[in-house]
Amino acid sequence: MKPCQSCGQPSSVHLCHPSSGQEPFELHLCTNCAEKQNLLVGKDLQISAIVQIMVNKFGGEAAENLARLTCPACGLHYTEFRSQGRLGCPHDYEAFRTGLMPLLERIHRKTVHVGKRPKQRPKATFADVLELRQQLREAINQEAYERAAQLRDLIRQKETNG
Amino acid sequence: MMNFDELARSPGEWLRGTGPESDVVVSSRIRLARNIVNFPFTNRASAMQRGELESLIRDRFTKSDWGFEFNYLTVHTLSPVDREFLRERQLLSRELAGTEGPRGVAFEVQETRSVMVNEEDHLRLQVLRSGFQLDEAWQDIDGLDDKVEERITYAFSDEFGYLTACPTNVGTGMRASVMLHLPALQFTKQLEKVFRALQKINLAVRGLYGEGTRASGDFYQISNQVTLGKDEGTILKEIREVIPQIIHYEREARKALMQQYQPLVQDKVSRAYGTLKAATMMSADEMMDLLSTVRLGIALEMIDDLTIPLLNMLFLQTQPSHLIKLTGRTLTNEEHNVERATYLRHKLGELSNKN
Repeated sequence: MKPCQSCGQPSSVHLCHPSSGQEPFELHLCTNCAEKQNLLVGKDLQISAIVQIMVNKFGGEAAENLARLTCPACGLHYTEFRSQGRLGCPHDYEAFRTGLMPLLERIHRKTVHVGKRPKQRPKATFADVLELRQQLREAINQEAYERAAQLRDLIRQKETNG
Repeated sequence: MMNFDELARSPGEWLRGTGPESDVVVSSRIRLARNIVNFPFTNRASAMQRGELESLIRDRFTKSDWGFEFNYLTVHTLSPVDREFLRERQLLSRELAGTEGPRGVAFEVQETRSVMVNEEDHLRLQVLRSGFQLDEAWQDIDGLDDKVEERITYAFSDEFGYLTACPTNVGTGMRASVMLHLPALQFTKQLEKVFRALQKINLAVRGLYGEGTRASGDFYQISNQVTLGKDEGTILKEIREVIPQIIHYEREARKALMQQYQPLVQDKVSRAYGTLKAATMMSADEMMDLLSTVRLGIALEMIDDLTIPLLNMLFLQTQPSHLIKLTGRTLTNEEHNVERATYLRHKLGELSNKN
């Protein structure tokens, strides 16, 4: 029998949630500790308290991952976007995708554009340009200025003419 | 350089007061948010990048043939009064009139089509038309958008559509709105009901000068909220279908007013008109309320010497910066109220003398 994760006594309340691609979530508590966390009232498990624990566990982790997001093109942090409500550049839609999808869903109830499209399109994809920008940063760090200048021109050309 | 004083004497397209259903619908407006592919959004752009972008756009607007004549103004070189003046004519947003840094506005001589540069998005294309003309406004702005697109590469993604600084505009980038005058629904206390119904179908209701403004003089703007996952035609159709219903409710409410409270309404209209003709000081707020009542009086045929186009003209020309233009000097608050009343007395006096 697993010990209570709170006090080390033998546990009698077990919560288990299989999550894809990660360690399954497990919680083992003794009756006393479960009561203290409002999980157990009398002999009944409290569903609302269980939900709360799961939200904190997984929502918290997701929020932490989001907080680490930074746009490689404009340098905006996801947290800055959430506090100001404005994105920094067109690449943010790719860089902040995980955070933006639920937000778009909430605002528009849809996440995919239908409607007018420009006739002329830049041929370079976001990924191409981001890759070039990464190379540019490395070139600057290595003080390879000739290479940096070439990359800068290439990025400019790709972005304007496609 | 264009002549602001001359402009001050003309009404501008949205207040022409001649469009369809103009007894209830003041104007129709569509704007498209667009950004340029190789720049950060305005709020994230350095002063240098903003300057670069503004001069790039200015170059495109002044040096190529658009098939119609554009005025281009560098907003950062205009005086605060001139900026406010353009805002009163709805050619500049509050944001563009107020913030600092390089920015511009291009507008057609008739003031129907305009483009703001370095607003929240790099470009905000706008079309304003008098009365209920959403389809015509869409034709105008769709054509303008095509022309801009020939000269500038937009930031666009297959998945998310036109990419905008705020996720609330992404997708079509389109906000379509119709400005309505709803005094009878207000008087008969049915507005709440109408607005609740609108919110259920995801349409927003705002005051006269857009976001965050109070509805003054019973003028309301109805606009779409959703910009992603619905095409332009569908969004416009949803608004186009609901507006005739609101027009119908307002006209029904006006009829009911006439049946039940005719003497009361007549008195209210006459007093409002009388005050406009006689007062020697008047605040902008008081004037809005009086003009709203008089506008209703014209629609109910209680006033026969004043027309809606003329009323719109009075409304525009008594806005603070228009008054400064017309009097040719700066004014204190109190002087504003005096000049406003003087202007109204004078204009409405001319009218009575003619009859």
